[in-house]
This record gives sequence, C-alpha cells and structure tokens, in this order.
Amino acid sequence: MEPILQVQNLNYIYSAGTPFEHQALQDVSFSVSRGEFIGIIGHTGSGKSTLMQQLNGLLKPTSGTILLDGKDIWSDKKLTRQARFRVGLVFQYPEYQLFEETVYKDIAFGPKNMGLSYEEIDRRVRDAAATVGLTEQQLQVSPFDLSGGQKRRVAIAGVIAMEPEVLILDEPTAGLDPRGREEILKNIEDYRRTHNATVMMVSHSMDDVARLTDRLLVLNGSRLVMDGSPAEVFARSEELIEMGLNIPQVTRVFLELKAMGLDVEPVYTIDQAVAVLKTLRGGAAKC
Amino acid sequence: MLKDITLGQYFPGNSVVHRLDPRTKLILLVVYIVALFLAVNWVSYAVMAAFLIIAIKVSTIPPKSIVRGMKPLVMILIFTAVLNLFFTAGEGEPLVDFWIFTVYADGLKRAVLMVIRILLLISGTFLLTYTTSPISLTDGLESLMNPLKAIKVPVHELSMMMCIALRFIPTLIEETDKIMAAQKARGADFESGNLMDKARALVPILVPLFISAFRRADELATAMECRCYQGGEGRTKMKLLRYNLWDFEAFGIGAVLLGLIIVLRTFGL
Repeated sequence: MEPILQVQNLNYIYSAGTPFEHQALQDVSFSVSRGEFIGIIGHTGSGKSTLMQQLNGLLKPTSGTILLDGKDIWSDKKLTRQARFRVGLVFQYPEYQLFEETVYKDIAFGPKNMGLSYEEIDRRVRDAAATVGLTEQQLQVSPFDLSGGQKRRVAIAGVIAMEPEVLILDEPTAGLDPRGREEILKNIEDYRRTHNATVMMVSHSMDDVARLTDRLLVLNGSRLVMDGSPAEVFARSEELIEMGLNIPQVTRVFLELKAMGLDVEPVYTIDQAVAVLKTLRGGAAKC
Repeated sequence: MLKDITLGQYFPGNSVVHRLDPRTKLILLVVYIVALFLAVNWVSYAVMAAFLIIAIKVSTIPPKSIVRGMKPLVMILIFTAVLNLFFTAGEGEPLVDFWIFTVYADGLKRAVLMVIRILLLISGTFLLTYTTSPISLTDGLESLMNPLKAIKVPVHELSMMMCIALRFIPTLIEETDKIMAAQKARGADFESGNLMDKARALVPILVPLFISAFRRADELATAMECRCYQGGEGRTKMKLLRYNLWDFEAFGIGAVLLGLIIVLRTFGL
C-alpha cells in the first residue's frame, strides 16, 4: 500500500544551545499507510508527544524529514499549513481548548480556518457531531454546560470536522469512566472506517491498543525501539516490562500460566485467550 | 517559544549571594537603586557597574541569561535613548543640526547614561530574582512589611497572593503554549493579518486560558482549605529567617557603596 506519512531519520532537540538542551527524538524512522490503526506506546518523557507534534508540522525537526504523500511538509509554507489540516492532532485533555459560545461554532473553528464554503462547513460540523454521537440540540448549547465526557467528544469532533487523512490522538480516553472510554474508542474506529483514515493513538492502556490496533510503535528514551503488529510487540513482553511499560492483563496471565508449566503461547486479547482456553479444555476432554 | 521568557526565573545555586537572607537582598537592592539614582557622572556609574559585575560573578549566574532577560527591554531602551538624545537642550554648539533634529553633547551624554542606568537597574533586580526562590522572596517581603500590620495592612495575605502569583507564572505559560499548539493544530493563525485580525486570533487562546486559571484557582483554594489554611493568624514558619555573619558583611558593603556614591556626587564625578 502507498504510504501516506513517511518519517525519515527524525531528530529533535529542545532548547538547542542552552543549558536546558534536551534531545527528545533520536533517529526515528517509520512510514504509515492509509487506513492503518496504529498505537504509540512509551512511558512519560519517551518522546511521544514531541513526535506527534512533528507529524503535523507544529514543531520543526532539528534534522530529518517528514513526507506527506511523498512531499516534505517543510519544503513549502503552503505544504506546512496543509499538513495541519491533513494530519489532525487531538491533544491530551482536548476539552480544555474549547472556547466558542456554542458547540456548533467550536466544531466549525477548524473547517472555517480551512477556508471552506458555508455549506461545506455545515455538512462537516454535522457529520463530525454525528460521528462522536452528539445530538442536534447539543450543537446549540454552550460547550461549558456539557459533562466532561461530552466536552471531550466536542473537542475530538472539532478535529474530525477537518476530515484529516491521518488522525492522531494523545490519550483520548484519559480520565474518562469505562463507558465514556468505550464510546470514544468506538467513535474513533468509526471515523477510521468511514473515511479510510489512518489513526495513530497514544495510549497507556495496553488492553485498548492490543484490541484495536494493527500495529504498534514503541518509544523508549527518545528512540523508536519496536515497530510491529501487537502480536510481535507483545511477544517481547519481558523487554516491555523492563522499559517500565505495561502489557495487556491477559498476556500477563498467560505468561504466568506458561511459567507454571502450561504449554500456551502468549496471547494479547480476550478473544484469543478464550479461543486458546477452549482448545485446551477440548483437548483435555478428549484425553 | 513563550518558555524562553525569564521573568522572575530562579536559578538554584549555592553561592554567597544565594545564601544571603532574602531580607538582606531586598534591602540591598533598595540601597543599590538609591545609589544608582544618586549617581551623576561617569565615575559613579563605573563604580555601580563594577559592583554589579562583581556581584554577578560571585553569584555564579551565567551572564548570558541576564543578557537574555534584557531582550524584551530593547524597545524601551531605544525609546529612552532617543528621547534623551533629541530633547535635551544643551549649551554651546549642537553636535548635529539637521532639519528638525538638533543633538547637543549634553543630550548624547544623558542618553548614554540613561541607558546605562536602566541596564544597571534591571540587571540588579534580575540578580535578586535569579538568586532568590519566589518563596523565600515573599517570606522576606512579609517579614520586612511586618511593621505595617500595626496600621491594619493584611501583610500575610498580600505576601501569600504574591507567592501564588509567582508560583503560577510558569504554569500559565506552559498552559498557554499547550493551548496555542492545540488551536494551531486546528489551523489557527496567529502571525498573519492586520492588528484587528491578530487581536481576534487571541480569543481562542484567552478564553480557555482564563477558564483554566479560574479552575486552578478553585482547586488551589479547596486544597488549601483541606489543609486547614485560615490566613496568617497563628501560622508558624517552617524556615525561620535569621541573619548570619555574611548578611552583616553584605550590609557593610552596601553602606560603603552608598557612601562612596554620595561622596562622588559631592565632587560631581
């Protein structure tokens, strides 16, 4: 498949030339195809947030290039601005960025900045609102009157309304209750399917990334240390734990089982675990 | 970005200047400012500059960071210099007489001295804020203002407010950075357009910033009440301020400096 985003030998240094100099990214390279669902994991300070801000041109790489559809986003001012719209970025706790009088106006902020026609803005706002499950009435209320989970959805809709080809989210479910988490994850997955968009999601919930994503990028100490399918990455569970990262709960259980002498291959989702356990029981019954 | 502003930033260290009692430093700063305004001529300014340079040297603060803190003041400096240069009526022949501009030797001298005075003034105050943590600074202020309690000035409350305000400057700057990045990600444009456009572009930053400032204030108030904060009444200090030997030495140096400048002034140097 044709890659949509290519990151080549990316380096980024904060406050270069001062005593506070700090290398946040070191020689990071990967490429991303249309429609992929990618999880980014790594503990605090591993460079995840910095990487995200490079991908849509908010931060300029110290060295290395970022290609969007094969074109360097920093080669031309117009391309940089385009990258902002084509690569949508949802920050952590995005509800703190709401500012308009009504939900409708706030969602329309991005599309308006794109210079779209009135009809197109209207369509996109309504589509985005529908994607995240906001009702018609809610569009006309002040975003500050909504609950925390609803505010979060408004903020995500504000980015989705730009209809980015790559949607990047930084811990979109942080601080939400289990039902709110499920709904938001479902909204994101819906957007990916209906728009054939690439989704990159930073998350600390290994269970979520194991279940939802096709591919995982693991950052550690400002380097990209693993890049592969959840099966490949979680097969290296010991290394992940060494980095101070978590592994899915079922993987942990299965590793324990294996250590206790049961002949099972590590799994990383509940469904797989159920399948493995069923065959085990079936096998036992036959004996 | 915004993080580069060094307003009131504290550089931890262990020099003599760092260890001085905050009250000593505050009083010395006042003495220094008085001396600076009593200085009239080149020699006095040279003495003041020498004093400051030695103090910076002793404090181990990198001079670079003091220079960096000056950057926002460049406009004010230029403005002062230009005003003094052109609007000082001097005696004798003007140095330059061009169209509506006349520059006298006196004007030139005053412009230069004025710029030096502002530079010395600002770097002197920087030295205080760089070497004193906000908390000990407000402690010092509170203790110095204590006599004002007699005339019902809420000294403790004032210093607590100042302490909180100082504490939240970096937090709010960080918050502003985050909000700016988020709105930029939605295509907000803060650079182009005329003045009105630029002012309007600030709304998406200011509204969330104010809301978050109020939210933080609420949270902080609750947290303080949870720990039984009830104002200054009966409140004791964890760190008691105490003058040490080096404080008295510093007072001595300050007195010598002030005396020297007064003597130089009587000679018009």
